Amino acid sequence: MTDVQHLAKLANLSPTPSLIQPLQSGVQTTLDYAKILGSVDVSHVGVTNEITGLINVLREDQIDQSRTFTQAQALQNAPKSHNGFFMVDAILE
Amino acid sequence: MTIEEAYKNIAQYQPIINALITLRDKNDALAELESADPQSPLYGVPYVMKDGYVTRGIRTTAASKMLDTFIPPYSATVYEKLKKAGAILIGKANMDAWGHGASTENTDYGVTKNPWDLSRVAGGSSGGSAAAVIAGMSQFAIGEDTGGSIRNPAGWTNITGLKVTYGRVSRYGAIAYASSFDTVGPMARSVAEVAQLLSIMAGVDPYDGTSSPEPVPDYVSFLNKDLSGTTIGMPIEMFSKGLNSEIYEAIKTAATEFSKLGFNIIDVSLPIAEIGLATYYLIAPSETSSNLARYDGVRYGGKRDLFTEETMRRIMIGTFALSSGYSDAYYHKAQKVRTILMQSYAKAFSQCDVLLMPVSPTVATKIGDLSSDPLASMMADLYTTTINQVGIPSLALPAGFSTEGLPIGMQLVGKKFDEATILAIGHQYQLKTDWHTRSPKL
Repeated sequence: MTDVQHLAKLANLSPTPSLIQPLQSGVQTTLDYAKILGSVDVSHVGVTNEITGLINVLREDQIDQSRTFTQAQALQNAPKSHNGFFMVDAILE
Repeated sequence: MTIEEAYKNIAQYQPIINALITLRDKNDALAELESADPQSPLYGVPYVMKDGYVTRGIRTTAASKMLDTFIPPYSATVYEKLKKAGAILIGKANMDAWGHGASTENTDYGVTKNPWDLSRVAGGSSGGSAAAVIAGMSQFAIGEDTGGSIRNPAGWTNITGLKVTYGRVSRYGAIAYASSFDTVGPMARSVAEVAQLLSIMAGVDPYDGTSSPEPVPDYVSFLNKDLSGTTIGMPIEMFSKGLNSEIYEAIKTAATEFSKLGFNIIDVSLPIAEIGLATYYLIAPSETSSNLARYDGVRYGGKRDLFTEETMRRIMIGTFALSSGYSDAYYHKAQKVRTILMQSYAKAFSQCDVLLMPVSPTVATKIGDLSSDPLASMMADLYTTTINQVGIPSLALPAGFSTEGLPIGMQLVGKKFDEATILAIGHQYQLKTDWHTRSPKL
């Protein structure tokens, strides 16, 4: 049985008390279904992270002006800003 | 379809089916038409995008209150390409928030109703896109498919949708769900339209390092190519337990039609739907738990308590599967089984050129049936998720109707980067059948 309150903390989530039980059972449903993987022999295979086969996709280290934001654009969706900076919640006492 | 016709149908049907989250001001759409090139291939064609693509200056929500007021400062590559081709964006379509769902019920903007039966869902996660197309609110739509999100709603609403080979179309500007599975694809009434759209959308993009340099063929001129002798394999395990009998019969009938068209039909074995569903529901949540970690409410967006229960569930599953002490048994095990999925498809494709299979185990479900049952919601993706994990293309197209009058979809699955063959087979089928021309009475 997984502890969703611990998982919530790891995931930076704060579900309301009424969501704890549904989340507990919802997470468990998927993890129970995943038990069928236990019967699959993977001793002879490696992992697949991605399927493109592309390696070392690089670009020149040049500024692409069409992709740069002005300070105003960068801040336009910020919930809180001050003097042209993002404002973050204090983390120190 | 003209822009005027689209707006007229939106005024009439949007209040009934709720396909769109944001409707663009008609004057803005018409102003854009003024500056478009009349010689461009999609000049003046109205379309909608799933609201999971950023569109500069046009609100983009991913169907989450987290982004309720988000105005993107840049645009997705696919949007730029379509704009250049003369197509006019008229709205942003409803979806399951962040792509998390198969029914467009996990949205903060109200469920999208299925135009064939308003008590049912339109599928998901690109449900609003599919509903808008079949209701005539839009000539075509751009959906996004991570585990079936284009194909499932296409199948449940009687439209044609293409899940492309991973990397065929740039993902730049697509709000990430599971980055190693996410694909950008077209949805329309016919295969011919889908092929034309793919020709415009496909190609390498310097802004997406996973986009492929593979050359883009002329999909449209390939549509009528003589492909007789091509072998279509039907995976026997995908036509066994759990599949609705009417869907089974409809696809068997379609198979007969394919053989009349000159294709060889054979049985193949692909016993991976269940294990593939399990790996999908470990890997996709793992990737989404990482992708959605960026929503910290500092640079844009609201607080994390705005995620829905379903989204929190997926983030938590991923967090668990990646966590120290469990990642070997869950995430890494799933990645190894992903390798086995690839080997299984390779084996099937050694016997045939294309696979024919159902899109979904059932017809469109009643509103509430999937959102109240996580296991049922997972099972809706039974036949679609392995294709994303292997990265191959799949075309969903209409195959008939149930006795209740609900659409039935089928998938033609191709080899990597062989969209041309599945599109041609689908097109040749649509020349001989009329399922795809049928519309709901709204």
